[in-house]
Amino acid sequence: MNPAKRIGLAVAAPVLAFAIAGIFASALLAVTGNDVAGFWDTMLTWPENRQLVNILNQTGILYLSGLAAAIGFRMNLFNIGVEGQYRIGTFVAAVVAGEAWLPGKANTLLAIVLAMVAGALWAGIAGLLRVTRGVSEVISTIMLNSIAGLLVGYLVAKVGVTTGVSTGTKTIPEESWVGGIQIFGDTPTELYGLVLLAIVAGVAFHVMLNNTTFGFNLRATGRSESAAVAAGVDVKRMVVTSMLLSGAVAGLIGMPVLFGQAHNYGTSFQLGIGFAGIAVALLGRNHPVGIALGALVFSFLAEQGNVLNILVGVSPDIVAVTQGIILLAVVIAYEFVRRYRLRLEQSSVAEQVAGPATEEAKA
Amino acid sequence: MTSLAPAPSTTDAVRVTGIGKRFPGVIANHDISFTIPAGTIHAIVGENGAGKSTLMKILYGVQKPDEGSIEVQGEKVSFSTPSDAIARGIGMVFQHFQLADNLTVLENVVLGAEKLHGIGGDARAKIEEISSQYGFGLDPDELVETLGVGERQRVEILKVLYRGARIVILDEPTAVLVPQEVDALFDNLRELKAEGHTLIFISHKLDEVLKIADDITVIRRGTTVDTVKPADVTSRKLAELMVGSELPSPSTEESTVTDRVELEVRGLEVVDAAGRPVLSDIDLTIHRGEVLGIAGVEGNGQTELVEAIVGMLHPSAGTMRLGDQDISSWHTRKRRENGIGFIPEDRHRHGLLLEAPLWENRILGHQTRPPSVKGGWLNRRGAREDTERIISQYDVRTPGPDTTAGALSGGNQQKFIVGREMSSEPVLLIASHPTRGVDVGAQAQIWDHIREARRNGLAVLLISADLDELIGLSDTIEVILRGRLVGTFDPQTVTPQDLGSAMTGAGEEK
Ligand SMILES: Nc1ncnc2c1ncn2[C@@H]1O[C@H](COP(=O)(O)OP(=O)(O)OP(=O)(O)O)[C@@H](O)[C@H]1O
Ligand SMILES: [Mg+2]
Repeated sequence: MNPAKRIGLAVAAPVLAFAIAGIFASALLAVTGNDVAGFWDTMLTWPENRQLVNILNQTGILYLSGLAAAIGFRMNLFNIGVEGQYRIGTFVAAVVAGEAWLPGKANTLLAIVLAMVAGALWAGIAGLLRVTRGVSEVISTIMLNSIAGLLVGYLVAKVGVTTGVSTGTKTIPEESWVGGIQIFGDTPTELYGLVLLAIVAGVAFHVMLNNTTFGFNLRATGRSESAAVAAGVDVKRMVVTSMLLSGAVAGLIGMPVLFGQAHNYGTSFQLGIGFAGIAVALLGRNHPVGIALGALVFSFLAEQGNVLNILVGVSPDIVAVTQGIILLAVVIAYEFVRRYRLRLEQSSVAEQVAGPATEEAKA
Repeated sequence: MTSLAPAPSTTDAVRVTGIGKRFPGVIANHDISFTIPAGTIHAIVGENGAGKSTLMKILYGVQKPDEGSIEVQGEKVSFSTPSDAIARGIGMVFQHFQLADNLTVLENVVLGAEKLHGIGGDARAKIEEISSQYGFGLDPDELVETLGVGERQRVEILKVLYRGARIVILDEPTAVLVPQEVDALFDNLRELKAEGHTLIFISHKLDEVLKIADDITVIRRGTTVDTVKPADVTSRKLAELMVGSELPSPSTEESTVTDRVELEVRGLEVVDAAGRPVLSDIDLTIHRGEVLGIAGVEGNGQTELVEAIVGMLHPSAGTMRLGDQDISSWHTRKRRENGIGFIPEDRHRHGLLLEAPLWENRILGHQTRPPSVKGGWLNRRGAREDTERIISQYDVRTPGPDTTAGALSGGNQQKFIVGREMSSEPVLLIASHPTRGVDVGAQAQIWDHIREARRNGLAVLLISADLDELIGLSDTIEVILRGRLVGTFDPQTVTPQDLGSAMTGAGEEK
């Protein structure tokens, strides 16, 4: 198969998925008596520069979340707990940075490192429970999510400061903030400085997975645990280590907003990103580039959907539904394209080989 | 080639014409045609990757052919699933048994076929009837986990007959059996034939094929080259038909055993989950340059012995030394890094990542050593190049290192694993059935590779159900029975019959 054809096939699956999702979403809107044309008009309008920056910011954040989930998925560990690890990590960073034990950017660095440590430890609990007690990580991480919510809520109320109607951690001193990057001159909305963490994490993930023994062991365990054991992989240690790694990345999710905009942990904390990350990882098939595209699509839909209600009177919930449909459609489309590719390869083999029977006759 | 196109007749159980099947990069079957008269035993032979299993899967409806037609009892058929084939009276026994260990014979047989005779008295009566009719000697209430390999196989055959099969396909049924069990199986097959059943079976053991088959179809590179009668050929001639070249003759060799101990096992004991011993008082010594063969009927502790030495299983007592180091507390990885090569008995569970390309499978088990790593990083290029080397040195039939392991034929997967485990100069090779499912030509090649490594000081623990292999390769043979080593034999003087009776405990217990 020539390279152009191969790339064409690789793009075919997602395109097909979006087409399927588009058809279903339209049908849904039509059946519920909504303005289908208006919906598409809004969704497909090229975003304003301000919105573009928002989309990029959200993409970076979702990407970190998707990576955290993907690390577990790659070895068949279903870490549903990214949300909880993200909360704990962000809270710890906010408290540490708010206390400002170190000056300036050293304070920032310390807070980020501790956010990763906190996220890792929180995820590590689930890893330990699994290897010592055989508790499924799905169950334990779901429970750890709600514990994280309650615990952080309680601690914020206890150690937090109340300004006006909202309670939150102490505001981080301005010298420890991380400034934004201005992309467009005509809008004050800036790219969070720490969104660049997503790129660093993505590259690290790729290198770890493909170029290290650890990454090989991770993938091998995901493909066949019994074969990994026979190959000398310490599966228990792998479970704990990858949960720690997954949690550490989850700890990073909140950093761009914390140091770029919120400056404390309080009511503006963005919920649900940990769960969205799971969907993004699935959409991107746990591949570093795929996850980035998945994050971009989800962010784009969410940003565009914000104004649906105002402009065409459609509830933005339709966006969440569309995101769900895309996920399903992706699964179908990948299978479809895989079969098609197999058929193509087979027929090209048949063309190449004149037929072994004639060759045998000579022998 | 006269038998390729006889006149259509309703006495033909199966008639396939022009069957073709392609996989990515491979033509598995091409223009396959042959006829099987009803009430005969038909053997299919051919090299690894020749396309035998694919053909059988097509006959049983597991895979759909790209072209060609199949007639069963004179009627044209087209199967989409195995149930279509079963409805036409075709049954298949796969090489890997598909039985639930914790269920009884009765439960295993009726599972999925409850509609036929229910699950109670009728079913039991039917099972007892089949069992006695063909001399299977199976007790419906016995738990499958307590059965030996030969009995399990009979359960598989019973399952197929219970579902009304008149045509039974057996994919390499004798690979796991010791000679006595093979004889018993053949008696069963003859009974079945006498009752009018048609049997199709695949085997790499040509002597057996000549003994039992009425007709033999030879497949080479995906296509039928001939159908012959056993009376007209010798096993040598058959092998030549298969490969298109001469059969290598087994070579006897000078002993290369040195007096330096490589592996020493003392007082090894392993208990199962219920605390019953599955291995007791195992003492073993293997010197550099020595092949120690373990003979035994499958399920007598060989698996546990191997897993204990590789470190996948924790013994309850005993010590192990490799060279001058005590390895008892070492993890599998450390043992492998120190030169233990491992050819597992179950290549799918323990030897391969079926969905991964071959070059990644080259790394498996060698993650921390060259050529898989270089300067702390995974060395993809080194792994690929070494995969190419294994493919050519061990004659693995595949398009290349990017093919997924699962796409290789059984025998070619085995050749690849052997090649991998012989890489990086192991000091000790734990080889469980190293040539299981491998054709005669490749078997001789693998033996040569092992002999050569032995000359250079490799110590080998060889476990095999193939007694000729054990006798031909080993310097010493130990017999294992119910988790104990019960006798030592000299391969120079022992006969397969002697070994066979020691393995089944005949003459000693009764
Ligand atoms: N699912 C698959 N995908 C791709 N290729 C396949 C698949 N199954 C079989 N093949 C290829 O088809 C060819 C024939 O395989 P098959 O398993 O029929 O061989 P075989 O004669 O049974 O060999 P063996 O004696 O080693 O079991 C091989 O080259 C194999 O690699
Ligand atoms: Mg086969």
